[in-house]
Amino acid sequence: LLRSSQPLTGPNRRRCREDEKLLGTIVDEDERGFIIDTRSAQAAKQARMSGGGTEPKSSYPQWRRLHRALERGRLLQESFVKLVEACGDASLSMDRWLGRLESSRWLGHVKAALSTACLAAQCLDREGCSVLVHGAEGTDTTLLVTALAQLILDPSCRTLEGFQGLLEREWIEAGHPFQLRCARSASSHARGKQEAPLFLLFLDCVWQLSRQFPFSLQFGEQLLLTLFDNAYASAYGTFLCNSERERSLCKVKESTHSLWAWLNQPEERQKYLNPLYSHNPLVIWPSVEPQSIQLWQGLFLRWIRPSQHLDEAWVEIQRLVEGS
Amino acid sequence: PVKYEELYCFSFNPKLDKEEREQGWKLVDLSEEYNRMGVPNNYWQISDVNRDYGVCDSYPTEVYVPKSATAHIIVGSSKFRSRRRFPALSYYCKGNNASICRSSQPLSGFSARCLEDEQMLQAIRKANPGSDFIYVVDTRPKLNAMANRAAGKGYENEDNYSNIKFQFIGIENIHVMRNSLQKMLEVCELKSPSMSDFLWGLENSGWLKHIKAIMDAGIFIAKAVAEEGVSVLVHCSDGWDRTAQVCSVASLLLDPYYRTMKGFMVLIEKDWVSFGHKFNHRYGNLDGDPKEISPVMDQFIECVWQLMEQLPCAFEFNERFLIHIQHHIYSCQFGNFLCNSQKERRELKIKERTYSLWAHLWKNRADYLNPLYRSDHSQTQGTLHPQIAPSNFLYKFWSGMYNRFEKGLHPRQSVTDYLMAVKEETQQLEEELEVLQERLANLQKSQSGNNKVKSKQQDRSKHFGLYTSNNSLANTPQEYSNDLKSFPSRSPSQGDEDSALILTQDNLKSSDPDLSANSDQESGVEDLSCRSPSGGGCLPSEDSGKDSDEAVFLAG
Repeated sequence: LLRSSQPLTGPNRRRCREDEKLLGTIVDEDERGFIIDTRSAQAAKQARMSGGGTEPKSSYPQWRRLHRALERGRLLQESFVKLVEACGDASLSMDRWLGRLESSRWLGHVKAALSTACLAAQCLDREGCSVLVHGAEGTDTTLLVTALAQLILDPSCRTLEGFQGLLEREWIEAGHPFQLRCARSASSHARGKQEAPLFLLFLDCVWQLSRQFPFSLQFGEQLLLTLFDNAYASAYGTFLCNSERERSLCKVKESTHSLWAWLNQPEERQKYLNPLYSHNPLVIWPSVEPQSIQLWQGLFLRWIRPSQHLDEAWVEIQRLVEGS
Repeated sequence: PVKYEELYCFSFNPKLDKEEREQGWKLVDLSEEYNRMGVPNNYWQISDVNRDYGVCDSYPTEVYVPKSATAHIIVGSSKFRSRRRFPALSYYCKGNNASICRSSQPLSGFSARCLEDEQMLQAIRKANPGSDFIYVVDTRPKLNAMANRAAGKGYENEDNYSNIKFQFIGIENIHVMRNSLQKMLEVCELKSPSMSDFLWGLENSGWLKHIKAIMDAGIFIAKAVAEEGVSVLVHCSDGWDRTAQVCSVASLLLDPYYRTMKGFMVLIEKDWVSFGHKFNHRYGNLDGDPKEISPVMDQFIECVWQLMEQLPCAFEFNERFLIHIQHHIYSCQFGNFLCNSQKERRELKIKERTYSLWAHLWKNRADYLNPLYRSDHSQTQGTLHPQIAPSNFLYKFWSGMYNRFEKGLHPRQSVTDYLMAVKEETQQLEEELEVLQERLANLQKSQSGNNKVKSKQQDRSKHFGLYTSNNSLANTPQEYSNDLKSFPSRSPSQGDEDSALILTQDNLKSSDPDLSANSDQESGVEDLSCRSPSGGGCLPSEDSGKDSDEAVFLAG
């Protein structure tokens, strides 16, 4: 599984021998690879006009390109805001709630993200082919897909430790611009141009996986909520800045504490573990049918409905499993 | 089928003897239930005025009425009520004497009055000294109720009935509900719908809106009884559909007994079976008028499921229990849900010729337990308080019911079953520990140093291993893309209860949106033009994982 940003093909269909060679080393003589472009075919084509583009078939003959348009940027932020508004709208009658939920399109984005990740996983696991994922910049939807694909495929990413490693690798070190994307409180009306809840979308997808595979993730919802909070405002330096370079310039590692260090303390760690966890060595294939994708109540209704009854249920589960 | 004798229950033979069959029918005893509630007492008495079904043929032979309601009043009131369904007790609250009574609509037209009916309502009020008025709740939309007046029926006029507070709680009629389900099933049958198709389809069906309406009505009544201490008289048109739904939801909220397995069976026997819900007409035991078909009980069962999702520790039984009950409403494998009234069932000698579902479920009750239920838990005590508003988002699509057979849709690992296994194992281990401790104590007493303690071979593998090794079952990908080969595999359906007997598209296809000739004489307010149902069966299931319950309370 590889990731990159878009090739700079441009309007004149430039070629780059080195790039072609690099991709050539991935696939053997008569093998095929897949390129998953997280832009629509049209958007990818249009990108040529501004110097970007796609890998032309003639130059990359062993690679087959698939387009899966995933929303990002301002539109994704709008989607999120609409959903939050719909949840908070006390005057909304039941016969309009679903329509509002739908017009936010948020669940559609969750479905699309999971489907694309599953597609990547399928290429790897079932077709035995290498996969290259990129969008435009390679810092948003690209990371969404590669991180989710690894969760699906690799049981070691599903342990608490492995998941932290996944986040470090695929989001933080890979250069997701947290500072720009999570600049303000998530549902602020003042919208920065670069603001977009990609990381939240990722966490939502992880939550969907945990709901569909309740025994397969070593961590629970509480971890996901904590990560969401810390991406926006944190006492720790883990999610600061936009890249490793910036973190190095700002001397983040020298001047702040790591979120992981805190989370991994024995007393803290306890809170984030899933009492139902049992190592599952297999690939976990989620259902992406609409019925299987649910509203993440724990996040979106967090401040709207009391979670007392559900919390009590969790305490019971813990009691049953640990008491045995 | 045209005759009752053609139904499965008359040939079903579980190889039990006569005594066991009888015992099965005695499992649920309504007179015991009324006693448990606290009646008869100073305010309520049992009346045998209907002992030969002479007053109302859709009511049971034994009804509970207020002490001051004489036979004359009862008979007079019954003549002023649709189908003669006079006000009778559904639930009595020991704690404050408030009660839930049920009836059908009064035949008031525009201006008719009936002294006995007015006295009946007064009697209900007097049976609760703690309040000087009662609520009268009409579960119909106001428009429909008013339209009924033109046909000589209608609703209670506050001017005529002293000390009542009248309330409409608009729940739609059986035709609207039938069409709503049809539309929702159409959505379920779409091939690879987008999120948008699904949500719009669900909203257009109105299904969850109706579920919420029933729930809200139940909550209103439960509040009136528990918090205000005021008695409530509930009716719709004929008092056997919406009235049953709303009374049983309210009872469930009020009384923790109904949230136990046994109590739930009792609740259904009381408010649905004994009070003459028309099972035959509604669920098509025999071929009949398609306009009578309606998923009334399905809706009640779904209300219970929605409650279970919101309050995971509150019910002794689990989702599977609900699904199996729903299955058997249509299966006709047992005699409980046959015919349209107690009278018909007695005439057909159902108890002598068929078996009781309750005995069957009770025998298998280990499968139906909710591992999170503890009778001493706060959620199981007293009245339930589900969130009222805002609460739209709390209503979920019940894919465990409506996509039951598409195994690929459900979490492939059943949390309920796993927890039950853990619970059982823990219990076993605790029992063994006790035994060993006793032995140890005995050995120490006898002080015989040469005795060896035989360690008991513990068979842990039984349930525990089975559930944690769920993982070894193959897990196949869904269809994520047309670009790749797909990997279809069908999983065989398992067990009797899993065969497709829920209200399917085919059953509903014959329903006629034109309401002018309906038996209910209500004006349809909704647009009921149905799209022609899309052809095609269920979505193919691509997973070979084992059947599992939706994890009902997963907070991640």
